[in-house]
Amino acid sequence: MNYFLTAEQELIQQIARRFARERVAPVAAELDEKGEFPRKLLDVLAKTDLCGVYLPEEYGGLGGGMFGFCLVVEEISRVCSGVAICYAASGLGAIPILLFGTGEQKRQYLPEVAAGKKLGAFALTEANAGSDSFAQETTAVRDGGHYILNGTKQWITNGREADIYTVVAVTNKAKGARGISAFIVEKGTPGFSFGKKENKMGIRASSTTELIFNNCRVPEGNLLAREGMGLIVALKTLDQSRPGVGAQAVGIAQGALDLALKFARQRVQFGQPIIQFQAIQHMLADMATQTEAARALVYSAARMIDAGAKEISKSSAMAKVFASDVAMRVTTDAVQIMGGAGYMKEYPAEKMMRDAKITQIYEGTNQIQRNVIASELIKERD
Amino acid sequence: MQIVVCIKQVPDTAEVKIDRKTNTLIREGVPSIINPFDLHAVEEALLLRERCGGAVTALSMGPPQVEAALREALSLGVDQAVLLSDRAFAGADTLATSYTLAAGIRKIGAFDLILCGKQAIDGDTAQVGPEIAEWLDVPHLTYVSGIDEMILAEPARITVSRLVEGGYEQVRSSLPSLLTVVRELNEPRLPSFRASLRARTQAITVWGAADLDVDPERLGIDGSPTGVSRVFVPEYDRQGQIFAGGPEDQARALVDLLRSTRLI
Amino acid sequence: MSQIKLVSDRCAGCGECIAACPYNAVALENGLPVFSGACNLCGACVEACPSGAIERLAAAGKPAVDKASYRDIWVFAETRDGQPAKVVLQLLAAGRSLADQVGQQLCAVLIGDNPGGLAELLIAHGADRVLLAEHPALAACRDEPYTAVLARAVNQYRPSIILFGATAAGRSLAPRLAARLRTGLTADCTGLEIDPVSGDLLQTRPAFGGNIMAAIVTPNHRPQLATVRPGVFKPLQYDRSRQGEVTRLAVSNGLLAARTEVLGFTAAGGESVSLEDATVIVAGGRGLGSAENFELVKELASLLGGAVGASRAAVDEGWISYAHQVGQTGKTVSPRLFIACGISGAIQHLVGMQGSEVIVAINKNPDAPIFKVATYGLVGDAATILKELIAQLRSGS
Repeated sequence: MNYFLTAEQELIQQIARRFARERVAPVAAELDEKGEFPRKLLDVLAKTDLCGVYLPEEYGGLGGGMFGFCLVVEEISRVCSGVAICYAASGLGAIPILLFGTGEQKRQYLPEVAAGKKLGAFALTEANAGSDSFAQETTAVRDGGHYILNGTKQWITNGREADIYTVVAVTNKAKGARGISAFIVEKGTPGFSFGKKENKMGIRASSTTELIFNNCRVPEGNLLAREGMGLIVALKTLDQSRPGVGAQAVGIAQGALDLALKFARQRVQFGQPIIQFQAIQHMLADMATQTEAARALVYSAARMIDAGAKEISKSSAMAKVFASDVAMRVTTDAVQIMGGAGYMKEYPAEKMMRDAKITQIYEGTNQIQRNVIASELIKERD
Repeated sequence: MQIVVCIKQVPDTAEVKIDRKTNTLIREGVPSIINPFDLHAVEEALLLRERCGGAVTALSMGPPQVEAALREALSLGVDQAVLLSDRAFAGADTLATSYTLAAGIRKIGAFDLILCGKQAIDGDTAQVGPEIAEWLDVPHLTYVSGIDEMILAEPARITVSRLVEGGYEQVRSSLPSLLTVVRELNEPRLPSFRASLRARTQAITVWGAADLDVDPERLGIDGSPTGVSRVFVPEYDRQGQIFAGGPEDQARALVDLLRSTRLI
Repeated sequence: MSQIKLVSDRCAGCGECIAACPYNAVALENGLPVFSGACNLCGACVEACPSGAIERLAAAGKPAVDKASYRDIWVFAETRDGQPAKVVLQLLAAGRSLADQVGQQLCAVLIGDNPGGLAELLIAHGADRVLLAEHPALAACRDEPYTAVLARAVNQYRPSIILFGATAAGRSLAPRLAARLRTGLTADCTGLEIDPVSGDLLQTRPAFGGNIMAAIVTPNHRPQLATVRPGVFKPLQYDRSRQGEVTRLAVSNGLLAARTEVLGFTAAGGESVSLEDATVIVAGGRGLGSAENFELVKELASLLGGAVGASRAAVDEGWISYAHQVGQTGKTVSPRLFIACGISGAIQHLVGMQGSEVIVAINKNPDAPIFKVATYGLVGDAATILKELIAQLRSGS
């Protein structure tokens, strides 16, 4: 399929592909096995200019938009989505600053993220606030020129490793959803610490931890938008970033398809390569078709965002839901085609299958996404 | 500071295979790459430029297709690239190569530091770096694994760690100087987006023998004291004894034999 | 200017030259070979051509040096911690046999701060003469003063050959000296012979990552310089009865100028693998299939009191560290017994271990090249056979 990339987009894709193949591929299995954060790889990535691909040029980015972001995430995910998510989650931390930050906040934080010198993270989820993100328990109480944060954020990607955190907390419980605000919290702020590193099924190279706030004083200048805008900040951010999860899923699916194809060409049973069998051929055909359809949807959603479309919730949700379901199916089928070999850790197929699962869960479960799509459909009827 | 990095385009020897039937190298489809050690030299040059300012020039010698390697160096972020290319340079051994590169460096102008990879993976000689230093009459330090100190104020000097047998030697040299570097010095970067865009249109300076202040007799194969008398795939034929039977029988035969010959 | 030229009326258009070219510089156009700018004038096509249709035309001959006026074989006696580096004794053995062949003297060149006490040892290991340069400023092997001292000695005594160990010091010093003397240097040699016809030194070394071997000569320049791989040659027996003389080299201040300064030395920590010293080496390769199976190699090695080696493939797989790698890009070893388990025998590995006294090859492919160098061969799955060997050695002891 030809998506008519510009010369710049082709270059972005090409550099990301080299990074994935030359630097990530040789260590992907080891990072997965050890659950080791790929700090060195991110340092290499920083020097490619790709950390700021989606940020405007005035903040040190490349102005490549969410589409450029998706190209990078897809290429890295094709080899290791654990590494890709470290990159993508940093973007998720920076997008709220880009969307809602003051000029000063943008100038302070975005160039360092663009240069890859600092990593971002986004903290919404809590123990009792998963899909029900309104049920926030972390509080932020104003005290002179500061807000005092107390509470615990759970399962935060890039936890401990990131430098800049966008944190959602309740500023006025009485106001319910309109009493929630978003803050920029820097690592090292007194009262801000991290819980244990989670031991995950997949994307094991990434770091997932609790963020613990214990009378953590954050300057009022770090409030994003206005008091009470926190959920808007979070939801708008996720609308922008969801195609990125879709791109991650497309990358995983493509990686699994590449692997299954190569295996099917080489594996001989009953006297011929198994790719000669129609049962395998049809599986591969479906995998390729689904992956391409997911890619087309993800690219369209990203291009809509970059074009400045107002209503992006539905298309972003669709891209995320469809691509992540495809990734789960395609990786499962890749393991199936490879049989016993697919189940063994010698091949990356089983890792891709483990990595795929999270794309159906995070940044809004696929069930919640379907709710979003449905509610948009209902609105359209009115 | 002004830094010159010497790079060589080489076949990826990890991809070179031998055709067992004809005893020749299979070169088809073997990609040409920048010598991997040279990438560490480029990286260090860029790091030093980030720290101390100045400019980095990538220099290579070879046929016109070496431009691709220099363009890659530009996409990594070096400021300019110079290719020494002339039929008269062909067949150069390390002495003639280093003579020619030294002449190129003189023409580029004043320099503080020359960086080279410790050796090229196709020749593995590790000689061109020190020989360039001798032609230019500057000191050289080989197998550099770390730069510990760099002082540009007079007296300008550099302190490095060298990877030698059994450990690391700490050595200081005055500047200008030439270093050859090993892999553990740094982690080479990949091309960056911005430098790649620039590299697409940037001109690469090409100099032939006539552009350099050189003695034609010192160039290429005629200026090379060494020559290849023969290239061959070593034939081994020891006609050893192959044991018979299953794993257990073979293992027993070997253990008995090693014991009886007191090898174990 | 030299060139490769086609004498086309003899060319049959067979394309052998294309296959022979290590630089991919030959292509057929209209049925005849043409040579591109990538041609390195190595002459591989000249040799490969069955019709003798390709010639290498040398440039108009330049006056060669008077080779006969250069005599004797020198060995650079690198020292470490007040002792000759191990490779020096190996070089003396290699130099001894060359010297005997051409009927010339073998000299060790010993440079340092009061190293004279080592002269006797060098003589006992084969040197006829020790050239001694002593000065406190020569304590550490620094390239500039060492080059100056050696260059002066060369101009004074005119040796025909100088051998250096292919060590960090040797490979740093020798090229500087070669450039100073405007002569040829061949790196990392694994074989040295005198050509019986020309009297030139034939220096054999691996090329292209160890995939092929090249014999290098320095036909028109003297001295002929070579660095030699440690571990290739075996030292001669220490023989106290050997006689030799010690000649002091004058060390004037002019020779001591140096722009470098050695500040210190830090020993590298970590595992010590004395592969070069081991009498038994058990080495593993890709044929073992997994890191777990590679553990069997370590187990057998420890049972036999030997060291653990590995092919590049096993190191690339991450089964063991690079320090254990044997071959062109690793170490050269020559133990009494080398057991290769699941190693197919790529040339780049063979150059590092073919000097072993007894080689045992265990591989499931009976056509694997490793069997060409093996004294004994066991055909079968390497891991299975290793388990058998370990079990039998355990029960038998």
